[in-house]
Amino acid sequence: MISLESVSKSYANGVPALNDVNLNIEKGEFVFIVGDSGSGKSTLIKLLLRELTPTSGRIIVNDYDLSRLSRRKIAKFRRSIGVVFQDFRLLKDRNVYENVAFAQRVIEVPTRQIKQNVPAMLSLVGLAGKYKAKTRQLSGGEQQRVALARALVNNPPILLADEPTGNLDPRNSWEIMKLLEEINKRGTTVLVVTHNREIVNAMRKRVITIRKGVVVSDEEKGEYIDED
Amino acid sequence: MRISTLLYTCKQGFKNIFRNKMFSLATIATIAACVFLFGIFYAIVVNVQQSVRAAESSVAVTVFFDEGLSQEQIMLIGDEISKRPEVASVVFVSAEEAWDSFKVDYLGEYADGYEGDNPLEGSENYEIYMNDVSKQSSLVSYLETIDGIREINRSDATANILSNINTVISYVSLAIIGILLAVSLFLISNTVAMGIAVRREEIAIMKLIGAKDFVVRSPFVIEGILIGLIGAALPLIALYFIYSNLILYVKDEFAVLDDILKFMSIEDFFSRLIPIALILGVGLGFLGSMFTVHRHLRV
Repeated sequence: MISLESVSKSYANGVPALNDVNLNIEKGEFVFIVGDSGSGKSTLIKLLLRELTPTSGRIIVNDYDLSRLSRRKIAKFRRSIGVVFQDFRLLKDRNVYENVAFAQRVIEVPTRQIKQNVPAMLSLVGLAGKYKAKTRQLSGGEQQRVALARALVNNPPILLADEPTGNLDPRNSWEIMKLLEEINKRGTTVLVVTHNREIVNAMRKRVITIRKGVVVSDEEKGEYIDED
Repeated sequence: MRISTLLYTCKQGFKNIFRNKMFSLATIATIAACVFLFGIFYAIVVNVQQSVRAAESSVAVTVFFDEGLSQEQIMLIGDEISKRPEVASVVFVSAEEAWDSFKVDYLGEYADGYEGDNPLEGSENYEIYMNDVSKQSSLVSYLETIDGIREINRSDATANILSNINTVISYVSLAIIGILLAVSLFLISNTVAMGIAVRREEIAIMKLIGAKDFVVRSPFVIEGILIGLIGAALPLIALYFIYSNLILYVKDEFAVLDDILKFMSIEDFFSRLIPIALILGVGLGFLGSMFTVHRHLRV
């Protein structure tokens, strides 16, 4: 489902962000990517979303070879990936329903289908009763649920979560992780980039540790490894 | 694009105007200022041109005929002259009409002593009016080749002055249009830069969700066009009142200039200005929004 072959990425100033990374993530897996600030986690997410292209190596996501993907096909590729961010990235001037429906509108889903899909997705994340609320009226946990609903409403086979609990308290963090686990059980491949040691150690999932742009460990039912 | 997407896009474009009130107001004000300045300048140019054209139309070349030329021959000469492209009209003035006009213009009551006598006998002539006074020399050269013409009176000084005024107006128009365009682009680019901050996040989200460039661009372009329309309509309303009142004021207060200043009617002026102003406003709105979005599409 996701494959990285000898992927390296250096920025214009010559600083290497990732160095010879090889990874293989199968369909239906739940994977944590962990590492300290500046380790290359965010660069990895950007490469997987085709916001960046690798300096060398090959990335295949959902059968799309991202190194050869033309600009015109990027939109179609991104529809196969749901993404949530630490800062939620919601449209603050719109309500909960509109934020989730927005994801379907921009990929031209018929209105009738949107009216069925959005309430169903809001029910899944537990926000069916708040569909009219403006996002700025919601708590951090609720905003991340809206972001999650928006990421999933188009039914993508892969979900990328970049520090999804970074702005949340422990209780909300756990609720979001439970939701991600539930989504994974339904068949979605979930890739979570996080700093949260407690969650990583408790969930006993596959853990890939990146340090200074290099994969230093990749363990099934792994734990958060601190930098020495 | 689906009809539902098209409707959604239009609705979002309309809503965007109210979502970003400050940005919308700043853009409308910028476009309105550009269109207003253009309208003022356009009013000056078309009215000066109109006055010059009116003055040009009164400039005539007069030709007198050899003695003993028959009326038939004079008519043939008139027909030949009328065929020239630079000639607008040819008016025959008989010796009697010439004397009547002279009496009115120069003699007044002293003309009584000439009762039954016409000192201008044999001075029948053609007054030739031109489309373009700058062609006077070429017309005179042609007239000199015609047999039966004894004398040609031309008004070189007037023709040259009017021709020069026209040339100056053309250059000044070009210069002011250039300056206005540069000022407009500067104002619009500043306003657009302000709008970029508001738009960046929304465009980035749309792109990451998988929206095509066309779908991302459309609401912003519709918003830009609507803002351009409003920005053009407001100064048009203001210009309508200013123009109509200014004509009345000048005519009342400066009646002495009536022969020199020939104002274009408000209907004629606005039938020309409205399409230009709308194209200018919509064009600025369209280009501004395209430019704004384009910078953020490469996400």
